[in-house]
Amino acid sequence: MRPLTLGRLLLRCTILGLILFVVVVIALKLGAVQVSLYGLGRDLIRVLLHQSAGISTDYGVIVVDIRLPRILLAVVVGASLSVAGTSFQALLRNPLADPYVLGISSGAAVGSIIALMVENQLSISPEFAGLITPFGAFIGAAVTIAAVYFLGRRDGQMESTTLLLGGIITASFLSAIIMFLMSTLSGSNLRGASYWMMGSLSSLPPSSLLYFIGIGFIIAAGAIYTTSSDLNLLLAGEKEAMHLGVDVPRVRIVVYLAASILTGLAVSVSGAIGYVGLLVPHAMRMIFGSDHRMLIPASALGGAIALVIADTLARTVVAPSELPVGAVTAMVGAPFFIYLLRRRLA
Amino acid sequence: MSTPLRTPMPNSSSDQPRGNPDVRLSVEQASYVYAANPSQAPLFTLEALSFQAKPGDIVSVLGPNASGKSTLLNLISGALAPLSGRVFLNGFATHDLPPKVRAQRIALVQQESRLLFPSRVWEFILQGRHAHGHGLRFESEDDATIANNALAQVGASHLADRWMDKISGGEKQRVILARALAQQPLLLLLDEPTLHLDIGAQVDLLESLRRLAAENRYTVIVVTHELNLTGEYADQVVLLQKGKCLRVGPPATVFQRDLLEHVFQAPLTVEMTSSGRPRVTLFNKE
Repeated sequence: MRPLTLGRLLLRCTILGLILFVVVVIALKLGAVQVSLYGLGRDLIRVLLHQSAGISTDYGVIVVDIRLPRILLAVVVGASLSVAGTSFQALLRNPLADPYVLGISSGAAVGSIIALMVENQLSISPEFAGLITPFGAFIGAAVTIAAVYFLGRRDGQMESTTLLLGGIITASFLSAIIMFLMSTLSGSNLRGASYWMMGSLSSLPPSSLLYFIGIGFIIAAGAIYTTSSDLNLLLAGEKEAMHLGVDVPRVRIVVYLAASILTGLAVSVSGAIGYVGLLVPHAMRMIFGSDHRMLIPASALGGAIALVIADTLARTVVAPSELPVGAVTAMVGAPFFIYLLRRRLA
Repeated sequence: MSTPLRTPMPNSSSDQPRGNPDVRLSVEQASYVYAANPSQAPLFTLEALSFQAKPGDIVSVLGPNASGKSTLLNLISGALAPLSGRVFLNGFATHDLPPKVRAQRIALVQQESRLLFPSRVWEFILQGRHAHGHGLRFESEDDATIANNALAQVGASHLADRWMDKISGGEKQRVILARALAQQPLLLLLDEPTLHLDIGAQVDLLESLRRLAAENRYTVIVVTHELNLTGEYADQVVLLQKGKCLRVGPPATVFQRDLLEHVFQAPLTVEMTSSGRPRVTLFNKE
């Protein structure tokens, strides 16, 4: 018997953190413009010491002003999507649940687009205007997950197949809505349909929004983490969890809202990047087991690592052009989904 | 056919602990109604029934399918609020207890639960300590000791490192019982615990229940339709049929041939063994 201890939890998180750091450094180095590790280290220290003026080279600008923010965005989005995926799998008691597969990301995308339209109509000061998109995305995610939840319920029971079919149909319906909104709104400052449907990290949000997303992630993921011990029991079923002392309605509402916030935040700055929330939690479960006290931080770090790698591939494989990062994650994620599905049916 | 035994205590809406300290569980005129919606005729009614149980008692809730056994169990566990009447555990109404407190006092052994992701036996047992923890609930040394003892009490210590989905039905049933013991409850509820067990495992389980009830002073409620196991192991029988409580009492008084034939719709004989326990034999209808 080896119950999880705080020491072991922190040790594992530190290891994952170091891997993330290495991946980030490599990602900074790779790209259309080659950067030496020495130059990279020197410039990073200058940035940390607020001596950016010392960076005179062209690639310094590329690394600090273009690659670094994009990588940080990938870190936050990857972590958000993975934690959201882990939470949805526990909340819906379905190992195949993922914000993208269930259409929740598409719902958040529709919410974002409508929020952008509203934002253009209203004259709000630019500081607040930026926050309307993530809020719209949150509402879109929350409404979609509620709809999918009720579609997946039959006779008061969650049915796995119905839930997945309901989610896939919802996703398809919402994609049609995105196409409709995109074609009726030509010429505005909205990004293209492929951005919303496939996801991309190529257009950087303003730095104030980046901070907001980071703080939002910490709050929402923290809220989910407080329920991690309850989620372990919820996997066995709501009735059983209740008899083991879980306040099921409270846990359900906390996880539902926080996971919607995470999905909304991620989608509002990167579109609907698929399968991160499916792949990463399963990979982490294979390594660390299914205890959510370990799984949630591991998923956050693992999701960050995975999306930084995926985005680095997206911008380097076909350089100087680039792929949407969602295409990279889907190429890996969709076959993995089939694998999980077949293993479940077996 | 006699009327169910009535408790001398009057109905009371008071939440205060009270009453006879010898009585741990007191079901007082509790009833329940299932209906598809309030305007329609009820689908199922559990008529008001009463009984009491002391620490160390094994009470068997006996009846055929659809007799209201599970409904009664849900009322006792606090999962359902009685439509009328109350269920008191040490003087507290079970439905009004917060989930955490309830789990510290009442443990439920349900029919085998399906696991979403594989877990080790020891992880499963530690779930029973959840209600005793705080915050993120990293398990303490005490929790591990209690979990180990619980496994030892059901004779399953050797299973600790096995995967839950790789052990047999009888082993799983013992592990589920051990998780309930790890909750250190006052009241142990078992829903058809012998359903998927072979006869040897059934006897094992009931022997350990009797020993545990005596050693740890649990009050044990077992829902079952196993006549002979009830006759052999129960201190008290609550006999249900179609939502009515027909009789409450020790097996020797409840096990009467015409009554059981009527309830279970099968011809049978009842004989007393030398130990004073009734034994039921079924025979062909022809």
